[in-house]
Amino acid sequence: MAKVKVEFQNIALAFGKTQVLRDIDLAVEPGEFFALLGPSGSGKSTLLRVLAGFARPQAGRVLVDGKDISAVPPWQRDIGMVFQNYALWPHMTVAQNVAFGLEERRLPKTVIAQKVAAVLELVGLAELGARRPSQLSGGQQQRVALARTIAIEPKVLLLDEPLSNLDAKLRVHMRMELLALQRKLGVTTIFVTHDQEEALSISDRVAVLEAGVIQQVGTPVELFDHPLNRFIANFVGTANMFAGTLRPGADGMVFESAALGTLSLPGAPAALAGAVEIAFRPHVVTLVEAGAAPDVGLIWLKGTVAAREFLGEFIRYVVTVGTNDIVADQAHYTDARKFEPGDAVDLGIQPEQIRVLRA
Amino acid sequence: MTKRYSFPQAALALVIALFLFIFLVIPVFTVIYVAFTSNGSFTLSHFQSFFHLTLMREAFYNSLIVGLMSVVLSSVFALPLAYFITRFQFKGALLIQTLGVLPLIMPPFVGAAAMQLLFGRSGSVNLILGEWFGFTVPFMEGLNAVIFVEALHYFPFILLNLTVALNNIDSAMEESAQNLGASGLRLFRRIVFPLAMPGYVAGAALVFLKVFDDVATPLVLNVTNILAAQAYLRITSIGIDDPIGYVASVIMVVASMAALWGSTWVMRGKDYATLQRGGSSLATRKLRPWQAVFAYGWIIFVLLLVLSPHLGILLLSFSKVWSYSVLPDTYTLENYVTVFRDSPFMLWNTALYCGIAGGLDVLIGVAIAYLMLRTRLPGRHALDFIATGAVAIPGVVLGIGYLRTFRDFNVPFADMPFTSFWLLIAFAYTVRRLPYALRSCVAALQQLHVSMEEAAENLGANNRRTIWRVVVPLMAGGILAGFVTSFLTAAVELSATIMLVSATSDAPASYGIYLYMQSIAGRGPGAALGVIAVALVGVGTYASHRIMRARNLRFEALQALK
Repeated sequence: MAKVKVEFQNIALAFGKTQVLRDIDLAVEPGEFFALLGPSGSGKSTLLRVLAGFARPQAGRVLVDGKDISAVPPWQRDIGMVFQNYALWPHMTVAQNVAFGLEERRLPKTVIAQKVAAVLELVGLAELGARRPSQLSGGQQQRVALARTIAIEPKVLLLDEPLSNLDAKLRVHMRMELLALQRKLGVTTIFVTHDQEEALSISDRVAVLEAGVIQQVGTPVELFDHPLNRFIANFVGTANMFAGTLRPGADGMVFESAALGTLSLPGAPAALAGAVEIAFRPHVVTLVEAGAAPDVGLIWLKGTVAAREFLGEFIRYVVTVGTNDIVADQAHYTDARKFEPGDAVDLGIQPEQIRVLRA
Repeated sequence: MTKRYSFPQAALALVIALFLFIFLVIPVFTVIYVAFTSNGSFTLSHFQSFFHLTLMREAFYNSLIVGLMSVVLSSVFALPLAYFITRFQFKGALLIQTLGVLPLIMPPFVGAAAMQLLFGRSGSVNLILGEWFGFTVPFMEGLNAVIFVEALHYFPFILLNLTVALNNIDSAMEESAQNLGASGLRLFRRIVFPLAMPGYVAGAALVFLKVFDDVATPLVLNVTNILAAQAYLRITSIGIDDPIGYVASVIMVVASMAALWGSTWVMRGKDYATLQRGGSSLATRKLRPWQAVFAYGWIIFVLLLVLSPHLGILLLSFSKVWSYSVLPDTYTLENYVTVFRDSPFMLWNTALYCGIAGGLDVLIGVAIAYLMLRTRLPGRHALDFIATGAVAIPGVVLGIGYLRTFRDFNVPFADMPFTSFWLLIAFAYTVRRLPYALRSCVAALQQLHVSMEEAAENLGANNRRTIWRVVVPLMAGGILAGFVTSFLTAAVELSATIMLVSATSDAPASYGIYLYMQSIAGRGPGAALGVIAVALVGVGTYASHRIMRARNLRFEALQALK
């Protein structure tokens, strides 16, 4: 299958007075497994529907393989879409569902039969061609929807919340299968999800949308380690965030805030001087008993444990520092040191793990 | 649940079962028994003599033809309308609602006489056609008349069912087909129409049942060679012992059941309501100019046809003389004076009978719904089955069954045969409208989550108190809908009425209209009584619609808070 590039150029779309997409510029590389991640109402599904031809942007162009397809009707686009609710036709058997797109392409009957058999084999449903969709489990229905779409050998494969209707165990299993299938077919794939774990675990790159605007595009690691703004920092993983001022000090930059006092951040970029927010992940915070010899390489704060949650791999503490709370995750193993609510603790943070965001 | 049912529940079920046995099961089986026996022993000779009579054979075929052709003509009216309303950006909701209640508030036999004057050989339309274009159309010749009038009245059943089915198709069904390369008419033929098919079949079966059941319209139109009319005429002219009338009845029951059974069989396992939570219905498109011309042209054409019996009956009610002319020659209020002098008691009878029927229907409906959904009483499904089965029993057949079953009984404490007791009419209405009221109650109770009742019990209300304080208030919308539907449709019932009215003083308004319509001179007053009845029914429908709307809004507000 020829791998194609997908480009969105300055896409803007409104439903009535509601602006759903604002000036979307995005390029998806050939053969990429690309995720559109965002909360509900962020416009991610609409962007997918623009590519499939079901939503008409008021401005902008969509290029597939370098060709503008904005004026092409949905049924001539060759962009396969797997719908969130699968949209299997209840009046047709599994095989008839899968054959539909091939019949619309006027392929010879024998070729259709071969292709249907092959694609059902590929998704592991070779035996179920004669069943009705209503006789299948949720996972099987999703495979049929997938088979129906890849049977037409689309230029681009679109998946709209492909895993949201499956139970948790099956979801993890299916996402590995989806990735394996995509690698096998090599087709450029864009999938929409609101689940950050799903997006981070299987995609090559992720675009995070919020309020119709692309907030950041990058690899999962980039998004996690270098969030561009407050929204990304909070939406991709969790973060402790504090607002304050960044200014030059004696040895590099200094962050000042009412909540945490003055912290020395020697590595912070001088270009960001002014009003900023700092963000750090719960698991980069080290908790020790109050007064235990502090490591000079870390920033140290004093606090009191307010609450804790046992989460298996780690314990999540909420520590009150001054009048603010800091979330600190401590790895858990048998006989690990535990703190009780009310315990006085020292919190240590590596300065390099603190991200400075423009406020 | 520790117990499967309680004693009061079982007693209630028994009372209902007894009522259904006496007023539905036994009469129907009496009819079947008489059709198949001679002097107490089994025989097919009545069927043989039935099919030996040329008139009866003709009636048999004519009934089938009228039933099927009415479905065909109804579909011709309904299919384009349903398509326009669901696929194009078109403000049709009000139109659909209005069209949907028209057949309920005015039955075909009322408008039939007016239709003769408008579309008959020398009716308005043909007078105009003949004068301007030199030809006439035999709208109202023989069976055509029945088919035309029935289809005009009952096509909304297809329209409503089809519209609901089309609206229940999730847009993803269509979009996925487009995504795979289908468009236009192919898309409609392969995806949209098959998915809407169950709605269409349900509507078509209902039209067939209604038409097959209707005895008054053919009689008003002077068409007697169909089954329902023959069953009525044989029993009323030859007598209650004439077996041919019973054979005709059995054939009608079988045909009705076949239509019902056939429609469920065709659609078995095909619950195609694909619309998902949060999904949207099929996308609507803007009409292109030539499409708009065609669509609005068709809608106006159908509307004119639909309204013609209503306008006709209104004109007729104000006319002194109307024949061989496009419009009445002279206008008068005399017809209304006649009606108000002679017939107010008929309206009172209608209110009494239909009030009893509607009340009993919702009582029985709520009881069966509760027994079915909230207890594990043995036989609860049989109760539902029997009550619902009344759908397949034509009114004439039920009437004949009553006359035969109760002919040797007298009203207690009165020297009067039970068959001429007015209450029998009310009971016939109760049985005939019960299936619809029951569905309404069952639907209302199904929407009510059992946790609402459990919460009441948890807070200390016993079974009876829970039903009274939680279940009934929350079902009130469905109960009211059931009552109104039963009342209104019973008000325009004539198939059983025509068999059971024994004295004019007991006649309801529907029978009064029919009586007037029998003579040329009576058409004016008949039309006037029809207009009054339709106006009352219309006001009732509108009022209940408003009340239910207000209730729904309240409940929606409650849902939104969740």
